[in-house]
Amino acid sequence: MKLFDYACAGTVDEALAAGVGGGRYIAGGTNLIDLMKLQVETPAKLVDISRLALDGVEETGDGGVRVGALVPNSDLAAHPLIRAHYPMLSRALLAGASAQLRNKASTGGNLLQRTRCYYFYETAAACNKREPGSGCAAIGGFNRIHAVLGASESCIATHPSDMAVALRALDAVVVTALPDGGERRIALGDLYRLPGDTPEIETNLRPGELIVAIELPAPPPGRQLYRKVRDRASYAFALVSVAAAVAVEDGVVTSARLAFGGLAPMPWRSAEAEAALVGKPAGTDAFETAADALLKDARGHGHNDFKIVLARRTLIACLRDLTA
Amino acid sequence: MRITVNGEAREVEADVRTTLLDLLREHLGLTGAKKGCDHGQCGACTVLVDGRRINACLSLAVMHDGDDVVTIEGLGTPDHLSPLQAAFLHHDGFQCGYCTPGQICSATAMLDEVAKGWASHVSDDLDHVVLDDMEIRERMSGNICRCSAYPTIVAAIREVAEADGAMAEAAE
Repeated sequence: MKLFDYACAGTVDEALAAGVGGGRYIAGGTNLIDLMKLQVETPAKLVDISRLALDGVEETGDGGVRVGALVPNSDLAAHPLIRAHYPMLSRALLAGASAQLRNKASTGGNLLQRTRCYYFYETAAACNKREPGSGCAAIGGFNRIHAVLGASESCIATHPSDMAVALRALDAVVVTALPDGGERRIALGDLYRLPGDTPEIETNLRPGELIVAIELPAPPPGRQLYRKVRDRASYAFALVSVAAAVAVEDGVVTSARLAFGGLAPMPWRSAEAEAALVGKPAGTDAFETAADALLKDARGHGHNDFKIVLARRTLIACLRDLTA
Repeated sequence: MRITVNGEAREVEADVRTTLLDLLREHLGLTGAKKGCDHGQCGACTVLVDGRRINACLSLAVMHDGDDVVTIEGLGTPDHLSPLQAAFLHHDGFQCGYCTPGQICSATAMLDEVAKGWASHVSDDLDHVVLDDMEIRERMSGNICRCSAYPTIVAAIREVAEADGAMAEAAE
């Protein structure tokens, strides 16, 4: 690990002052420390935000819930408000990582974790995300776990989070603090950037901007589900995951929220797939049309071609279960 | 920095890069917590920080200033084994033993999580947790045993959970 300066922030203002000066925020550290050991990440300064008082979960008054950025993943999954109103979020969190990691990983940090692309982790390999301009060893390499949607000629890495997929389906908003004293509210879908030709820039956060909370609007109508398909039954990243909330009245779909993990460089939402469901009788025709809409631009890279079929089948199975 | 380890207040100085695991092993002489993968994948380094199980290898020591850490050495002694330590012996819940301290620390915290009502990925109901063998396996998935002593590890944990009244009747 490269040497770094360390500062423990006592307040958000202290953190922001250190962050805008080039400090890298660290909370749980379960991904960042791993990457620092491998020298994939070599921050000159770490700003420890783990002692900040950002660990509350409270109702917002308009039927939603505000989650502090430092709430550990395990506590969030177990929180009565989340279990009762956003069960897909509890399920997504519990499907991720191990109990030890969930105890340490924070809500904000989970959103900002880096891809698990093998070539990103291997400093001897070409990787445009790690070393811009060096190429992408995953294209034409081993790419079983890689993206079939939203990727580019520069990068086909996926975003690894389960939690973020559920948050995307739930229309979560990321609340940040800015070093100039301001605050921003960013829809989760706008937090992330697609790789294009700058895969090293993963979010729209500004220098020193600090995630302080996630706000969940009132839960969507209907039933919720998070289903994760992976190579082993526990402690593995998603090949395909689906976060869905669907409401049906008199056999007709009245509301649908669909987000996907394992398929794309960011938690993926498909407005087209949702539109293909709403107003249609809940049944195989509508489900297949939704899957077509989701995957119309999907492109495999060889080893990951199976994900296109798997995503289709998983989505249809989820819709059947939710509307049964 | 100051840190309480197994009930004893310690004052230590270490390079800022030192992980909690290396602090325990190299600076404090507590070699119970093991270094397996050193990347949070195997669970051999599992310790309890303020009562919660974490991977000590993926945590910087400097970030634990003032924390209360318990390692396998703090759970019991050869003369006074913790219930899980005794159960692992009784059921032969190991072969080489390298993962065992992590397994036992992890299982200790896991039973607390069940007592708090925390569901797992395999729980049918998020609000009503009933421990069975499948639950134990899922909840212990962060601890790898390369000798594959899993059946006896589960048996050891089950025995203690049954004594605590935490197991489902159907699984008994």
